[in-house]
Amino acid sequence: MSNFLSKNDEWEKKAEKATAKFPERKKVFTTSSDIDVKRLYTHHDGVSTDEHYLEKLGFPGEFPYTRGIQPTMYRSRFWTMRQYAGFGSAEETNGRFRYLLDQGQTGLSVAFDLPTQIGYDSDDPMAQGEVGKVGVAIDSLQDMELLFKGIPLDQVSTSMTINAPASVLLAMYIAVGEKQGVSSKRLKGTIQNDILKEYVARGTYIFPPKPSMRLITDIFAYCSKHVPHWNTISISGYHIREAGSTAVQEVAFTLSNAIAYVEAALRSGLEIDEFAPRLSFFFNAHNNFFEEIAKFRAARRIWAKLMRERFQAKNPKSWQLRFHTQTGGSTLTAQQPDNNIVRVTIQALAAVLGGTQSLHTNSRDEALALPTEESARIALRTQQIIAYESGVADTVDPLGGSYYVESLTDQIEREVMAYIEKIDQRGGAVQAVEQGYMQREIHQSAYRAQMAIESGEQVVVGVNKFVLENEKQPELLRVNPELGRIQARKLGELRSSRNNEQVATKLADLKRAAEGQDNLMPFILDAVRVYATLGEICNTLRDVFGEYRPTQF
Amino acid sequence: MIERKIRVLVAKPGLDGHDRGALVIAQGLRDAGMEVIYTGLRQTPAQIVAAAIQEDVDVIGLSSLSGAHMELFPQVVRLLREHGADDILVIGGGVIPDEDVELLKKEGIAAVFTPGTPISVTVDFIREHVRRG
Repeated sequence: MSNFLSKNDEWEKKAEKATAKFPERKKVFTTSSDIDVKRLYTHHDGVSTDEHYLEKLGFPGEFPYTRGIQPTMYRSRFWTMRQYAGFGSAEETNGRFRYLLDQGQTGLSVAFDLPTQIGYDSDDPMAQGEVGKVGVAIDSLQDMELLFKGIPLDQVSTSMTINAPASVLLAMYIAVGEKQGVSSKRLKGTIQNDILKEYVARGTYIFPPKPSMRLITDIFAYCSKHVPHWNTISISGYHIREAGSTAVQEVAFTLSNAIAYVEAALRSGLEIDEFAPRLSFFFNAHNNFFEEIAKFRAARRIWAKLMRERFQAKNPKSWQLRFHTQTGGSTLTAQQPDNNIVRVTIQALAAVLGGTQSLHTNSRDEALALPTEESARIALRTQQIIAYESGVADTVDPLGGSYYVESLTDQIEREVMAYIEKIDQRGGAVQAVEQGYMQREIHQSAYRAQMAIESGEQVVVGVNKFVLENEKQPELLRVNPELGRIQARKLGELRSSRNNEQVATKLADLKRAAEGQDNLMPFILDAVRVYATLGEICNTLRDVFGEYRPTQF
Repeated sequence: MIERKIRVLVAKPGLDGHDRGALVIAQGLRDAGMEVIYTGLRQTPAQIVAAAIQEDVDVIGLSSLSGAHMELFPQVVRLLREHGADDILVIGGGVIPDEDVELLKKEGIAAVFTPGTPISVTVDFIREHVRRG
């Protein structure tokens, strides 16, 4: 036996003896994905030989990108600090955008209200009570012009969290660019455009899966020619995690959905290297620090292998998993809200150590309402302190080689691949979603997590331990309850001032295109340019495609 | 005589798609021996009330995280009253600030359970307050 192994045995015995006297805090230690955490990790768990190193980690900027997608990572440029913002009217949100840009934010990220996300105008009966609540209300190009007033689109990159009507909002963005004299070739940003996750976890779907997938591949094809710097999809694990999945499920389901998009795009006749470099991802960062870091590293390695081996992509850009991270909204507590600043710091640090390309840090008051300007500023400052003061960005992948992190990265990769195979066997992500498979798996994890909190096995500071009586309530942001009526009035004025004949013609053209096979983007863009509303455009498509009705489980 | 199980309708009014809490509560109430019907997403107050009457439930549990609770929750209570079904207990949950909870109670929402509430608290409240025998 080697010197190391006998030494290790000796130490194990010593540790056992110690636990007889001082029992460990728990019988078993596990991560959120139920991966066992050993007492100690050594080089036997991590990366032990040069060959091993090259195969599993490689160098940053090289396949399989475990240590990051760029050779120098944050030594060249920090991640993009991109705070998700939007509430009330386009004017109010424009004010918040300018404030955040003044405070040193480096990219915009638009939150739309639910009627916008589901393709209803603000005066639709379905929109009652929801206008401007969780994001900004956008009914037509007119609102979009106000949203970006005074913000030159060639100088910012903009992320838009929009899925079912992503094509319409992207068309509006292109049209605002045209009005500012900025060619679509120079626009930079991302649309989420991830419909599968909506069926699985978030619920803002409109159409059934098939036409939804067509809209997505139409966007891929259109942008590869006309908006070349646009990230045409951000395949999102964020909402899967918020719905209660584990870290392993988050990566597994997100990558399975990504595989489905790739296959749909290939079926529509696109070449892999034509669109794959513009795919991007969106992940969550929760509290289990090392598991989160390992999760990001594993996701990059799995994606690189999938793209090179399964889809035979040749362009290294197609192999790179680029991602935005948001800290975990569901980990925040309404109790003792200032504690959330600390949680967000830990989560943001995990995202940075995991090599994220952009980051949103949540505000302390989000478990109560939309963030106030003050709490949005603290959230942004949290990122700036990590970037400029902590030194963690000064070397690439500083935790690479940590015995624990490498072991956890390997374990997450194995478990993710096992899930991907299970989903493959079900016929892929679209089928797995239609069968409710992912939904059930997520729900079971959510219920287990709730039970662990209720039993006290999982501690949530301020909720089931270290509780305060009579807490002071912080000041909350309130959205103007009159906004629904104000937007409705604006819509009335728009409908009487625009050229309604033109609108009718463009909508009829769109309808015919939807019934056929043409790429829908140019038709949507034409309708947007003449101020057809979001609701009118989506209703035209609803007439042709129908609406998705989930099966209950 | 077999005791009738308490019947609960768990509903998501409005356009909010965050149903993790609603689904966890639904399962928790089922595990506590109640019969639970879940409406699914995007229900109008009128649809919720119609389903509650049709299913002859004892309790409606409303969940919303989008901030639309002040408009949508009281409307459910009003419609129940109009249909003479105001013996159905209405409770709520979601992201709801404390100051709104008081207002909702004035509008006839019996209780509001925000995140961090153990399911057993909700179960006990329902058992104590169900008005139909």
